[in-house]
Amino acid sequence: MDLIPAPSIDLISLAPALVLSVFGMGVLILDLFIGKDKSILVFISLLGLFLTTVVTFAKGGLPVYSFQGSYVVDHFSIFFIFIFAISSALAIMLSVNYNRQENIKVGEYYSLILFCTVGMIILASSTDLIMIFLGIEIVSICLYILAGIRRNDARSNEAALKYFLLGAFATGFLLYGMALLYGATGSTQLMKIALALKTGKVVSKPLLLMGAVLLIIGFGFKVASVPFHMWAPDVYQGAPTPITAFMSVGPKAAVLASFFRVFVHAMPDMAESWILVLSIVAVLSMFVGNLGAIAQTNIKRLLAYSSVSHIGYILIALIAKNSLGSASLLFYLLAYAFTTFGAFAIVIILGRRGDEKLEIDSYSGLAYRHPVLALCMAIFLMSLGGLPPLAGFVGKFYIFSAAIKEGHVPLVVIAVLNTAVSFYYYLKVIVYMYMREPAGEFHPTLAPLSLLVVAIAVFGTLQLGIFPGPIISLAQQ
Amino acid sequence: MFLTLVTFLPLVAAGILAFIPKENEETIKQTALAFAVADFLLSLQLWADFDLTTHKMQFEFNVPWIETWGINYHVGIDGISLLLYIMTTFLTAISILASWEVKKYIKEYMMAMLALGTGMLGVFVALDFFLFYFFWEFQLVPMYIIIGVWGGPRRIYAAVKFFLYTAVGSLLMLVAIIWIYFIVQDKTGVYTTDLMYITQRLDIPLSTQKWLFMAFFMAFAIKVPMFPFHTWLPDAHVEAPTAGSVILAGVLLKMGTYGFLRFNLPLFPHASNEFLPLIAALSIIGIIYGALVSMVQEDLKKLIAYSSVSHLGFVMLGIFAFNHYGLEGALLQNLNHGLSTGALFLIVGMIYDRRHTRLIKEFGGLSKQMPKYAICFMIITFSSIGLPGLNGFVGEFLVLLGIFQVNLMYAALATSGVIFAACYMLWMFQRVMFQELKNPENMKLPDLNFRELVLLVPIIVLCFWIGLYPQPVIKTFDASVAHLVDQVNPKNFAPGGAVHAELKPGHAANGKSEVKE
Repeated sequence: MDLIPAPSIDLISLAPALVLSVFGMGVLILDLFIGKDKSILVFISLLGLFLTTVVTFAKGGLPVYSFQGSYVVDHFSIFFIFIFAISSALAIMLSVNYNRQENIKVGEYYSLILFCTVGMIILASSTDLIMIFLGIEIVSICLYILAGIRRNDARSNEAALKYFLLGAFATGFLLYGMALLYGATGSTQLMKIALALKTGKVVSKPLLLMGAVLLIIGFGFKVASVPFHMWAPDVYQGAPTPITAFMSVGPKAAVLASFFRVFVHAMPDMAESWILVLSIVAVLSMFVGNLGAIAQTNIKRLLAYSSVSHIGYILIALIAKNSLGSASLLFYLLAYAFTTFGAFAIVIILGRRGDEKLEIDSYSGLAYRHPVLALCMAIFLMSLGGLPPLAGFVGKFYIFSAAIKEGHVPLVVIAVLNTAVSFYYYLKVIVYMYMREPAGEFHPTLAPLSLLVVAIAVFGTLQLGIFPGPIISLAQQ
Repeated sequence: MFLTLVTFLPLVAAGILAFIPKENEETIKQTALAFAVADFLLSLQLWADFDLTTHKMQFEFNVPWIETWGINYHVGIDGISLLLYIMTTFLTAISILASWEVKKYIKEYMMAMLALGTGMLGVFVALDFFLFYFFWEFQLVPMYIIIGVWGGPRRIYAAVKFFLYTAVGSLLMLVAIIWIYFIVQDKTGVYTTDLMYITQRLDIPLSTQKWLFMAFFMAFAIKVPMFPFHTWLPDAHVEAPTAGSVILAGVLLKMGTYGFLRFNLPLFPHASNEFLPLIAALSIIGIIYGALVSMVQEDLKKLIAYSSVSHLGFVMLGIFAFNHYGLEGALLQNLNHGLSTGALFLIVGMIYDRRHTRLIKEFGGLSKQMPKYAICFMIITFSSIGLPGLNGFVGEFLVLLGIFQVNLMYAALATSGVIFAACYMLWMFQRVMFQELKNPENMKLPDLNFRELVLLVPIIVLCFWIGLYPQPVIKTFDASVAHLVDQVNPKNFAPGGAVHAELKPGHAANGKSEVKE
C-alpha cells in the first residue's frame, strides 16, 4: 500500500502569501512595542502589500502548478493578487484617519487586513476544494473581527454578529457541497473533477447536482447575491466605513475568483445545469439590488444594495464562461475596486466624529461648498452606473460582450434595463449634491491619505475608462 | 485632425474656464462666447473645404484607441452630418449669448454648455460604434445638469426623466452594438467597431436585422422623439432654461433623426423597408397628435414642445420615404426646425425674462408695446408654419413630394399636419401679440435690446436664405443622399445576398432617383 506522499513545497509559488504573512505577523508583534501612535504600522503594512505585488509579478513560465495541482500561479491569479493589493492598500490608507476619528486604537486592525489579504491570495490561487475552503475561512474570520472592531458601537456589534452567524451558516453549506462533490467525483482537485465529469466517471449524478447547488448557495452567501444577500445592508451599515469598502471589493473579488474556477474550470461539462441556476441568481441580484437601492436613504446602505446588483452583473461573466468572461471579470473587478473605494473615501471624508453624515439628504448642496469632492463623487457614482467615459462603462461593455458572444442576449437585455434603473438612484445622490440648496454645514476631514485615495480612484476610474487598452491586454492573457 | 480640433475646442474652452475665478463673471461669459464663435467660424471652414461631389467621408481622422478590441478613434463628416455639425456650433454660440442674464453659478453653467457642445459635435462626426456611444452618453450629463440646476420649479423631475428615457434607449442600442460586433467578427474574422467597415460588409439575415433595428430604433425614437416615446420632451422643454431648450430642440432631437440616417438605414436596409409601415404610422400619429395637443396648450413653451413632436414626425416621414426628395426634405427640415424652433424658444425666453410667466392668457396686444419683438416673432412663426419664401416651406414641400411618390394616404394625412400647424401657431400668435393690450403688467414691457436682436437677426437671415435660395444647402446633401437612397433600395439587397452594391454612376443627379415600392 502506498503511503500518502508528502507534497513537494514550492516556496516561489507561495511567495506572495508568505511575504504578506510575515508582514502581518511583524505588524502584530511590533504593535506590542510601540505606543499609541500606530502610523508606523500603516507604513509597514503598505510596504508589505507593495512587496507582495513585486514578488507576484516576478514569476515566469506561467501557469505553474504546485502542491500536486492544488495551487496555481497563473495570469488569472496574478491579476487578482494585483486587485487585492490595491484594495487592501486603499483600505489601509482610508483607515488611518477614520480610526483616529472613531478612536479605534488597536494595532491588530492592520494585521487583520493583511491576513485577510493572505486568505484572498490563497483563495484566488487554489485549485483544490480543501484549499478553497481554507482560504474562505481565513478571509471570513478576519472580516468577522474587522466588522465588529468598534467594540462600543451597537451597530458594529450587530454587524459582526449577524455576519458571523450567517457566514458560519454559509460555510456549512459550502463544506457540505464540497463533500458531496468529492463523493460524486472522487477528488477534491478541480482538474480531476473536471476530468471525471468529462469522462463520465461520476458516481452519482444527483449527488453532483446537489453538491453544485450547495456550492452556489455557499458562494452566493459570501458574495451577497440574492437570495443570500440579507446580511449585506446591515453589515455594510454597521461595519467601520473603510472595512465596508474593503469587504465589498477584495474579499468579494477573491470569492468570485474561486467561484469562477470551481464552476467554469471544474464543471464546464455540466454547464447547462448551473448556468440556469446562476442566471436566476444573477437576474434576482440585479432586480433586488437595484430596486432595493432606490428606497434607501443611507448612503452606505445604498452602496450595499448597489453592490448586490453589481454581483448580478458580474455573475454574467461567469455565465458566459468563455475566455472573454474571465478577462471581463478581472477588468470589471478592478474597475469596481477603484470606483467603490473612491465613493467610500468621499463618504469617509465628509463624515466626522459624532456626525458621520451618512444620510443622503445631508449631501444637499455639496457641489456649492466643495465642488471638487462633489465632482469626484459624481464621477464614481456615474462609473458605478456605467456611463462612458468611465471605468464602469468599459467593464459593463466587456461583460456584456462576453455574454452576447455566447448568445445570452435576453440576459444582457435584462442587465441593461437594470442599469437604467440603477441610474435613478445614482442620480438621486447627484441631485442632492448639485440641485438642492445646502442644508447644513460641511466639515470634511481632508486628511492627506484619504485624499490620496480619492486621487488614485479618480485616476483609475478615468484611466480605465478612457484608455483601457493596456489593462485589457493584461486581463486577456 | 482639423475636425478633431473643432470638435474638442469647446471642451478645451470649458477646461480653461475652470481656471478663471468665479467672481469675474464678465470675463467668463466673454471667454465662453469667444470660443463658441471661434468654433462656429472654424466649422464654416469645413463647409468651404467640403467636396460636394462625393458621398464619401471627408476630413477623416482614424487612429487606434483600444487596439485589443479593434476600437478606433475614427471621425469624419459627409453631406448628412456637415450641416448638422455647423448648426450645432452655431446654436452653441447663440445659446451662450442667450444665457447672458443667467444669475446663478454662471461659470459652471458656461462650462456645462461648452462640454455639451463637444458631446453633440462628437455624435455627428463619430464613425466608430464605440466612439459614437461614448459621445452619445457623454452629452447626456451636461444637459442633465443644465436642466436640473438652472431649470424651472419641476426641474429635477424633468432632468431625471430626460436622463432615464435616453439611457434606456441607448443601453438597448449598446446591446445591439455588441451583437453587431460579434456578427462582424463571425463573418470577417476581424474585431472591429468601425462604422464604415461594418456598413460595407455587414450582411445580416432579416430576422436578426429586425431585432437590431428595433434596438437602434428605441434609442433614436426616444431621442427624436417619436410618438409614443415623446413624453419626456414637454417636461424637459418646459423646465429647461431658455438656452437648454434651444439646444434641446435645435440639436439633441436631431441626433435621433441623424441616428436613423447614419445607422438604421444603411445598416439594416431590409429591416428598414419591413418596418416602414410602422414608422410611417407612428410619424403620422406624431404629426397630428403633436399638432392637436399644441392647439390646447396654455403654456407657450409646452406649445412649442408639442409642435416639435409634430415637426419631427415630418422629418421621420421624409426619411422613411427612402427617396431623394424625402430624404433631402428631411435633412433640410432638420435644419429648419433647429433654426425656427430654436428661435421660438429664444423668443419665449425673452418674454419670460420680462414677465416671468409663459401663460398665453397673460399676454395680448404685445405688438403695440414691442414692435421689433413682434416682427421677429412673426417671421419665425411663419417660418415654423412653412410659409413660402421662408425655410420651412422648402423642407415641408420636399418631404411631401417624397411621400407622395410612396403612398398617397400618408401624404394626405401628413399634409393635414401643415394645416394644423398654421392653426395653432397663428392662433397662439394672435392671442399673444394682437388683441387688446389689457394687462397693465404688459404695458411697460421694454422692446428687444441689442443683444436680443443679435440673437434673432442671424437666425431670421438664415430663414430667408434657405427659403429663397436653398440650393447651396441642398447641394451639400446631394451626393450623400443619393448614396443613401441606393443603400436602402430593395433592388440592392437580394435576401441573403450582398447588401451593398456599388453606387451606380449617374445616380447622384438632383432628385432623379426612381422609387420602386
